[in-house]
Parts: sequence; C-alpha cells; structure tokens
Amino acid sequence: MTSPTHVEGEAPESMIARDMVKKAAIIGPILIIAFGFIWGVHGALSTAYGLAIVVANFVLAAAMLTWAGRISAGFVMGAALFGYLIRLSLIFLAIWLVRSASWVELVPLGITIVVTHLGLLFWEMKRVSLSIAYPGLKPTSASKESTSK
Amino acid sequence: MSILAQATTAAEAALTAADQKSISAAGYAGLAYGLATLGPGIGIGYLVGQSVQAMARQPEAAGMVRTTMFLGIAFTEALALIGFVVFILLKFV
Repeated sequence: MTSPTHVEGEAPESMIARDMVKKAAIIGPILIIAFGFIWGVHGALSTAYGLAIVVANFVLAAAMLTWAGRISAGFVMGAALFGYLIRLSLIFLAIWLVRSASWVELVPLGITIVVTHLGLLFWEMKRVSLSIAYPGLKPTSASKESTSK
Repeated sequence: MSILAQATTAAEAALTAADQKSISAAGYAGLAYGLATLGPGIGIGYLVGQSVQAMARQPEAAGMVRTTMFLGIAFTEALALIGFVVFILLKFV
C-alpha cells in the first residue's frame, strides 16, 4: 500500500527550503550592511546570527516534514506539531545562550528574525502561487530534456 | 538619627517595589509568550489535519498540498516568532 503523502521525485519541502536559502543569501548581505550602518558591528553580527537562525529553522522544518512524509501521513501530523515545539525551543535556546554576549544587540536580532522570516515567506509564496496558477510556465524536466535533444 | 533610619527604610521599600515590578513584568512577558504560542499551535494542528485529509482524498495532489502546507506552517509560525521577539525585547531591553 502506498502512502497518500508519497510524492514522486524530490519532496516539495526540500525544494522550497533550498530556494529560501538561496533567497536568504541574496537579501542577507543587504540586511547585514543596512543594520550594520544603524547599529554598528554588533548590529551586523546580530543580524547575521538572526538570519542564520531563520534559515536553520526553515531547513530543519523541511527536513523533519520530508522525513515524516516518507513514513506516513499520520507521522507528518506528529512531525509538524512536535517539530513546531522543538524548533521554537531551539530558537529560544539559541537566543537565550547569547543574550548577554558582548556582540549581541537584541533589537536588530529580533527585527531580523521577524522581517526575514516573513519576507522570505512572502517572496517564496509569490513564486509558488505563480507556479501553481500557471504550471505551464514552470520549466519541467520533460521540457528540459526536449530542449537538450 | 531617626530621620536617617527613615530614609534608609524608604529607600529599601522603593528598591523592593522596583524589584517586584520587574519580576511581575518578566512574569507577564512569559505569560504573553505562552499565549502567543497557543494560537499558532492550534492553527498548525488544524492546517496539517486538513492537509492530511486532502492528501488522503486526492493522493495525486499530494505535492501541491504539501507545498502549500509547508508555507502555511511557516506563516502560522511567524505569529509565534513575533510573540517570542516581543517577549525577548520586553524582558531584556
């Protein structure tokens, strides 16, 4: 019996997470420079740390859901809910451990986490909604093969 | 002498009040964070439940459902993250 969550090819979560990492690599330096101008070197370091937390959160979420999706649909439910708790705890721990470090500025760190998380999501949502609405515009492996022949 | 003693007692009382205020502020910040995670928890549970149901009804649409589910989870989680950031800023800044 095949699982209803089984998807041919690569899992969609991994593709989304990889795309988000690429987008974070584009906006990351801009954000670090901008916050560095406002809050100095400590602000730039805190922004980089916040960016790393957001990216790690997306990658971990994708990895957990992909892993659970290979097992069963019920496991996806458990992985999503417990994953939410685990990831929130990890973010809490990541900030709690560095809260009094000399290089940490909490305001740019907090702003980076919220802005980057929402910004990357809206950017990715735009791409995903376009590819769902107009699937013909999305390059597929079949079209790539036909062009390469 | 008694004036000095009175001044010391008043200073101690003021310090204690400030301490109590900061302790209660930390408590309320923690409560706010707890409440901020409650809503997204319910939201994610509902979202994933409906997505699993959709995948069971239409297995051929599983890829699309999982894509939108992942984005939905991340959007719902943003609420908890905003609550967390507000908690951190209230408590430590």
